[in-house]
Amino acid sequence: MSPATRLWLVRAAWIGSTIATGAAVVWSAGFITDPEANRGLVVIAAIALGVVGVALLFKGMDFLVDRLPARYQEAVRPWVFVGPAVFILGIYLVYPAINTTVLSFKGRNSQEWVGLQNFTDIFTDHDSLISLRNSLLWVIIVPLFAVGIGLAFATLADKLGRRAEATAKSIIFMPMAISMVGAAIVWLFVYSFRPPGFGSQIGVLNGLWTGLGNNPVAWLLQEPWNNLYLMIILIWLETGFAMVILSAAIKAVPEEIIEAARIDGANDWQIFWRVTFPTIASTVVVVATTIVITVWKVFDIVFVMTGGNFGTSVVAQRMVTEFFTFRNAGHGAAFAVILFVAVIPVMAINVRQFRIQEERR
Amino acid sequence: MTAEAVVLPRRRRGLIRRSLDRWPVKLAVAIIAVIWLVPTIGLFLTSFRPEPDIQSTGWWTVLGHLWKPSTWTFHNYSVVLFKQGFSNAFLNTLAVTIPATVIPISVAAFAAYAFAWMKFRGRQVLFVVVVGLMVIPLQMALIPILRLYTSGGHLFGITIIPNMNLNGTFPAVWLAHTGFGLPLAIYLLRNYIGGLPSSLFESARIDGATHFQIFTKLVVPLSVPVLASFAIFQFLWVWNDYLIALIFLGAEPRVQVITQAIALLVGDRGEQFHLLTAAAFVSMVLPITVFFSLQRFFVRGLTAGSVKG
Repeated sequence: MSPATRLWLVRAAWIGSTIATGAAVVWSAGFITDPEANRGLVVIAAIALGVVGVALLFKGMDFLVDRLPARYQEAVRPWVFVGPAVFILGIYLVYPAINTTVLSFKGRNSQEWVGLQNFTDIFTDHDSLISLRNSLLWVIIVPLFAVGIGLAFATLADKLGRRAEATAKSIIFMPMAISMVGAAIVWLFVYSFRPPGFGSQIGVLNGLWTGLGNNPVAWLLQEPWNNLYLMIILIWLETGFAMVILSAAIKAVPEEIIEAARIDGANDWQIFWRVTFPTIASTVVVVATTIVITVWKVFDIVFVMTGGNFGTSVVAQRMVTEFFTFRNAGHGAAFAVILFVAVIPVMAINVRQFRIQEERR
Repeated sequence: MTAEAVVLPRRRRGLIRRSLDRWPVKLAVAIIAVIWLVPTIGLFLTSFRPEPDIQSTGWWTVLGHLWKPSTWTFHNYSVVLFKQGFSNAFLNTLAVTIPATVIPISVAAFAAYAFAWMKFRGRQVLFVVVVGLMVIPLQMALIPILRLYTSGGHLFGITIIPNMNLNGTFPAVWLAHTGFGLPLAIYLLRNYIGGLPSSLFESARIDGATHFQIFTKLVVPLSVPVLASFAIFQFLWVWNDYLIALIFLGAEPRVQVITQAIALLVGDRGEQFHLLTAAAFVSMVLPITVFFSLQRFFVRGLTAGSVKG
């Protein structure tokens, strides 16, 4: 068998196996989209499709690029690598952003153009303004406390022994692994309320409160403080994220600088503010902006705990309610645009941060 | 201050101060940790209590009669796990979560490599745009994608994407999670992959390796920490997602995921408080296990990029 024949055989085998795998992928795709199928099999087929399908996609595209004339190959190949990502982002983020913006200038059923009517509606409606105010408070208070407590905890835990530190950090991080819905249940047992005479309290907070001789309080009905009680839930969730990343940043501060400051007579407080904090400042910014974006999009906590009633609505939750409960696409889209526009300054900070990093490289 | 410095040698002074510092530090850490732990402990203890007890007394009262057998029951767990279609929801969640974690990581890794080590026109601009997309609110994308799934894509009256009838299927949810997770994934992975030593790539190129070979043989093995760390992020996020599943998969019992099953229990919590607690705890077990087992990876990989700058 000549080398040329063998090469062709290899190619034929390669193409054959590609077609077979492709057929398997198509079959499993049909199978997975069938909601009646056995769940266990779907899981296996899903994993196969996810892993094999993606590998095949990239390998196949690379194979095609190799068949191109040599002078085009280097120009086309990068797009094979970024292409799928750009395609998916285009469909799932860029297209919806444009589409929603268009919808926000249309009426309730997206039929007629209404100009800025949806926005004027929102900015003149009392309830909408309350949700805007609430969102603003969330975005200020939650990141402040989450980053503040996370930073303090990371700094303090750094001074403990290794095992104590690991345990303490795990406890703070644990809420991260809990869904917002799960968190809402956890907190129902904190905020639960029963009027006097309707049995003993089953919420921790009222248990403590009545134990001190007070009357029970309906925490989640108390405007405007109920907003703060809901924020505490997200602070509880996000502090772990801030703490873990800041802790790693603190550990990366060179030991020599801290030792030098100590020899110069600086106390722990001064070392933290003059040495540690400036060194990790960029990480603090990254963590804070990440949490700001998360908070701005908060939906689940409010939706499950109060449904946005009792003056606790926020923009993201209003958006979902407008669209899916009130069936008003125009208002829903307008709320979405407000969310997006308000986040642009945060995006600008992120992009600037990235450029600075690139220049230092 | 100076007088003290004369009396004590520096190192000794530091030792004394540190041992004095220890107690307040330990106390502060312990207080914060306890505050953080109390809500979860409450849920955990409640999930093992009989229904009438849950409704009549606070969970902390069990501390008074810890060893009485009637204090505890497994009934809540058995009902949730075997009668409420919860195991089905558990499998559905796996079928959603695993591909929705694998696909974005693979796609993002290829893109991150290209952004870091391949030269092409518009590379910088495209990357800035991708990072910028990180902040598009998820809620903003839901409505148009739902329409895309049910009636195809139309922009200014022109059909650009045909109707794919994807709504209510697993791929619909995978692709949505992929789209929403990609910007952060590309950002994190590019930071890490871009930080690998350039000499490595030069010598590989000289040896005649193609980009595809460099990626699969060099970049992927070297990036295992960051890949693992993002995998945990994405896993936790998808596992805990409620909104995307509700909208793209629907609320039918056959396809519903764990968060939906729990949310349904919350809906009629008047009678079902006891099931709720067990359900919530079951849904937490897997993510917490994943997190604890991969915790080290996670911290190391994630910070490799962000701390350097």
